[in-house]
Amino acid sequence: MSATDATTTTSSASGAGAKGMIGTFTSRYASVLPTFAAITILIALLAGAEIYFGNFLTGRNMSALLLDNAYLMVLAVGMTFVIVTAGIDLSVGSVMAFTGIFGASLFASGVPFVIVIPVMLLSGVAIGLLIGVLVQYFNVQPFIASLAGLFLGRGLAYVVSLQSIRVEDPVLLWLGSTRFTLGDFYIAPTGVIALLTVIVGALVMHFTRFGRTVYAVGGSEQSARLMGLNVARTKVMVYVISGLCGGLAGLVLTAYTGSGYPRNGIGTELDVIAVVVIGGTLLSGGRGYVLGSMIGVFVFGTINTIINFMGAEQSWTHIIVGALLLLFIVVQRAIVARSDRSR
Amino acid sequence: MDGAEPLVELEGATVRFGAFTALDGVDFRMFPGEVHSLMGENGAGKSTLIKAITGVLPLDEGSLTLAGESVQFATPHAAQAAGVSTVYQEVDLLPNLSVAENIWLGREPRRFGLIDNAAMRRQASEVLDGLGLDIDPASILGSHSLAVQQLVAIARAISTDLRVLVLDEPTSSLDTDEVAELFRVIRDLKQRGVAILFVSHFLDQVYEICDRVTVLRDGALVGEYLTTELLRIDLVQKMLGRDVAEFATRERVVEPDLPPDPFLSARGITSAPGIVDADIDVAEGEVLGLAGLLGSGRTELARALTGIDRPQSGIIRIEKSEVRLESPRHALQIGVVYSSENRRTEGLLPELSILENIVLAVQAQQGAMRRIPLARQRELAMSWIDALGIRPSDPDRKVGTLSGGNQQKVMLARLLALSPRVLVLDEPTRGIDVGAKVEIQNLVGELADNGLAVIFISAELEEVLRVGDRVAILREGRVAETLTADSLNPDTLLALVAQPDLPEA
Repeated sequence: MSATDATTTTSSASGAGAKGMIGTFTSRYASVLPTFAAITILIALLAGAEIYFGNFLTGRNMSALLLDNAYLMVLAVGMTFVIVTAGIDLSVGSVMAFTGIFGASLFASGVPFVIVIPVMLLSGVAIGLLIGVLVQYFNVQPFIASLAGLFLGRGLAYVVSLQSIRVEDPVLLWLGSTRFTLGDFYIAPTGVIALLTVIVGALVMHFTRFGRTVYAVGGSEQSARLMGLNVARTKVMVYVISGLCGGLAGLVLTAYTGSGYPRNGIGTELDVIAVVVIGGTLLSGGRGYVLGSMIGVFVFGTINTIINFMGAEQSWTHIIVGALLLLFIVVQRAIVARSDRSR
Repeated sequence: MDGAEPLVELEGATVRFGAFTALDGVDFRMFPGEVHSLMGENGAGKSTLIKAITGVLPLDEGSLTLAGESVQFATPHAAQAAGVSTVYQEVDLLPNLSVAENIWLGREPRRFGLIDNAAMRRQASEVLDGLGLDIDPASILGSHSLAVQQLVAIARAISTDLRVLVLDEPTSSLDTDEVAELFRVIRDLKQRGVAILFVSHFLDQVYEICDRVTVLRDGALVGEYLTTELLRIDLVQKMLGRDVAEFATRERVVEPDLPPDPFLSARGITSAPGIVDADIDVAEGEVLGLAGLLGSGRTELARALTGIDRPQSGIIRIEKSEVRLESPRHALQIGVVYSSENRRTEGLLPELSILENIVLAVQAQQGAMRRIPLARQRELAMSWIDALGIRPSDPDRKVGTLSGGNQQKVMLARLLALSPRVLVLDEPTRGIDVGAKVEIQNLVGELADNGLAVIFISAELEEVLRVGDRVAILREGRVAETLTADSLNPDTLLALVAQPDLPEA
């Protein structure tokens, strides 16, 4: 009798404790939930593929995941900054194509890498700056401003060359073809660049005033301004960062393919937006994580690989990614609706 | 408090918006360690004065002195830096960030150039503890109630070197416990020597917490008073601008003349926020005036009666049969129409023409598929322009270019084109000139003579008495009494509106 009583008391007490913990958790980390959902989906995909194919979770395969999607990851970091301010950048695919082909043509005419690489990055920055200034000072919708950037980048790419340009520069070839191995796993310098971009992006987002201002602008531009934060500079800067990431992705993709091609990255901006949203970033701004976007890239890459393994049509990738995107947007709406109600 | 130096001193403050003078040579002062209230009806200049102190609006004339030094705040941020902070009714914080970040944003503690999140949370805890608040600094602000968010906004304000705190309608969406918590914090700040400007239209709260009151009316200063020395009735009289000379001869009519056969009859209407158990009857051909102070629930009652807000309980009968007004659209079909007090934001489309604004509701009722022929539209618009005397009588003029009175008439025309049975007018004469006012008042009378049931809301008691056949008096969300207009004069009505149960002093 007394024993039962004791058990009841303990269980109810621990129940209350757990409830309190859940309360603390949801009040602190509700915005991480979509990212957790992305991680869960990634694990489910990997586990499911391993069970189905039996040879999926190999070092080779996992390493290829990073290698093949390094450019996407770099773009996703920049896009996360933009989307957290409730903006959008449609130009990233063409910026990547333009900087890639521009770099390749400079390499082809013998310009050394110490000049070419900064020039590639700065071309991305210039287009980003243009978009940012249009958005902030000319009050153009981000969608329209970056659409202009999209056409500009693509047009400039065609101006540079209509054909693919091979790159012979040893430094660039080193970036693309070197493999640091660890057992079955390997990583290329481009993969290192992608991971470093993610780490730097996450640090900036979470541990600098600029990063927190990015979130503040996404939460409420008006409030951020009343709090004395530099909203204008922040809004321009996120597009500059996205442009910089576009330039860096151009470098990564050129190194990966060993050439520049003006038709690279058509439609990539939409893939990037998809992975950022799947990674848990809210399109309405204010919530999201650079690390989440990395998870989003892995989800995207894994779906691609699975479809390769199945030998199915690549178009299925888009159907599945589309379905996932839909799911995530619904999940996010539900979370936002719930947190709005609780207020 | 005599002899003490005022912390804030505003002298001859004048703010103009174009030709309109929102604040006219107002003197205003606040002492350290006092809670000061700013009172006045809509449009008295309260928010303009607040904006002038907090750097949102520049002064056209006059000077602002803070602790003996002449200052000019170019931005709210400059005012904050000087120790003048504002907490608005709609909290201007960031719901997507943590409580700690909302307190420290822009001033985060840093280590090695990076934000030190642990230190930030710790310092936030200290600030919150200092206010006696038990809030998890790491929690996301949006997960808390509005009351807590407001307290966090105060915490942000006091984490700087706070000297003046402006609370603009802080209690309007809080419940009793939350108000008590807020007042505890206010008293605590008062002890620390902060000057607090508390703006609220709840008289009870003003009398509970405030030491001193400044009353504004029509952009001008009425006076500054100690709350302990100012009777509630006197305060209301100063806000509304009534002479209280013959106040003593208050007569009470016990039996209101109920119309024998009310067209619209509402019983026990309760609607959040602000309306409790309200009974309203209005007959065909009658104008029922609604009189009450700002915050008494005038607008809320109107919205509950016209299907804009769904009442939580209560019955509305029209011609004795019970109706449920599901939406404004449904109410329009039944013939119950509402004209908002905010004709710019909730009424007219200033970029569209008079014709388009008038035809809008009729067209909407017909459905977009059955477009009214242009000739018919023009005919309809012209007939209303003539009937109501809208000037200029050009149906293609943009409504935004008309005077306030003519805009009001366009709104009326739109509603009347629907051939309504019940017309609810919320402050139709606010912000329009005297001549137009009389025209609107006469128009309302004519409409009633033509068989409409009209509910007429106004902050001006004389007007309610002039237009209304009977007057329903609202106090704190309740219909306190309904009396015939003949049995009232402005002074007796004033006394009823203010608070008849005032302890004799």
